[in-house]
Amino acid sequence: MFQSRGSVGIVDKPLRPGRQEVPLSTFAYLFSELVQYCQSRVSNISELERKLDEVGYGVGLRLLEVLCYRERGQRRETRLLDMLKFVHSTLWRYLFGRQARDLEQSNTAEDEYMISDMDLPFTKFVSVPREMGHLNPAAFVAGIVRGALDGAGFSARVTAHYVPVPGQPRPKTVILMKFAPAVMQREARMPGS
Amino acid sequence: METINAEIFTLTYGSMVRQLIADYEDVEEVNKQLDKMGFSMGQRLVDEFLAKSKTQRCSDFREAAEKIAKQGFKMFLNCQATVAGWNAEGTECSLILEDNPLTDFVELPEQLQGLKYSNLLCGVIRGALEMVNMDVECTFVRDVLQGDEVYEMRLKLLSSSPESYPFKDDD
Repeated sequence: MFQSRGSVGIVDKPLRPGRQEVPLSTFAYLFSELVQYCQSRVSNISELERKLDEVGYGVGLRLLEVLCYRERGQRRETRLLDMLKFVHSTLWRYLFGRQARDLEQSNTAEDEYMISDMDLPFTKFVSVPREMGHLNPAAFVAGIVRGALDGAGFSARVTAHYVPVPGQPRPKTVILMKFAPAVMQREARMPGS
Repeated sequence: METINAEIFTLTYGSMVRQLIADYEDVEEVNKQLDKMGFSMGQRLVDEFLAKSKTQRCSDFREAAEKIAKQGFKMFLNCQATVAGWNAEGTECSLILEDNPLTDFVELPEQLQGLKYSNLLCGVIRGALEMVNMDVECTFVRDVLQGDEVYEMRLKLLSSSPESYPFKDDD
């Protein structure tokens, strides 16, 4: 869509080493503006989640590339389980400084997987008003995951949900991934599965 | 302070700008919107700055500008700016950034040369200073993305109204 100007584009330059850190609150201010902006352009909650997901998608797609070059020695996973582990550990550690708590396969469907975690730092300062009941701002994280999976050739529908945990005051966030039939068929044809 | 990987911040910002471009389809509108977002970020961020930096009240604009450059940028973006180019009256100066975390991985395409990619920062400064009773105008005059050597924001004090004792009660 866009042309780059000049002969030396950004992709011709060496990749910068990983940058330091910024305070979480700086991100929180930005995230808050992002949510407010998205909210001003939509009329209901599922549209808002979709919009956040779209913004996250752009992040995920680019993050996959950076991570593969920097941390994986230019390798990218081609198997479903390895890719899931990549999201669960490498991507999560990069995003939040730790691995996700759980990675599970759904009991009811073969093509559904779940990553769950408590208190994602992204949504730490967000309180969802009552009238917006089931909104989960982690839709943005779901978008990042969808972007990373899609970029690696694993198209999936990714959604974020709050799930109450017995005995805990706060619900956990579950990122549900439902892979496209083509991905599952390809996986079944791969050797060793 | 709790921190987060700076690249996530960069990429999120980039993704947001792309979304704005897609929604508004007009570069000027996008610049305006970025400034507006920055403004409300600044209004909220100044509280945290005052609470955590343990600084004293600034006596004049000069001191305020130094504080933004040396402490503000350090605290929220982990980089530093320098203040230069004061005019004789001490009401205008430039903040110069050699390194700008917002623009990692970024390249402006031909069609978007008018985009002030980091305009958010101008809004933040304007918003933060407004909350300490300084009305300023802030614009980017040099931008590495547009081929300049450094990032330069021009800061212009329009009016300031020092609070005087007795403080007015809110009514």
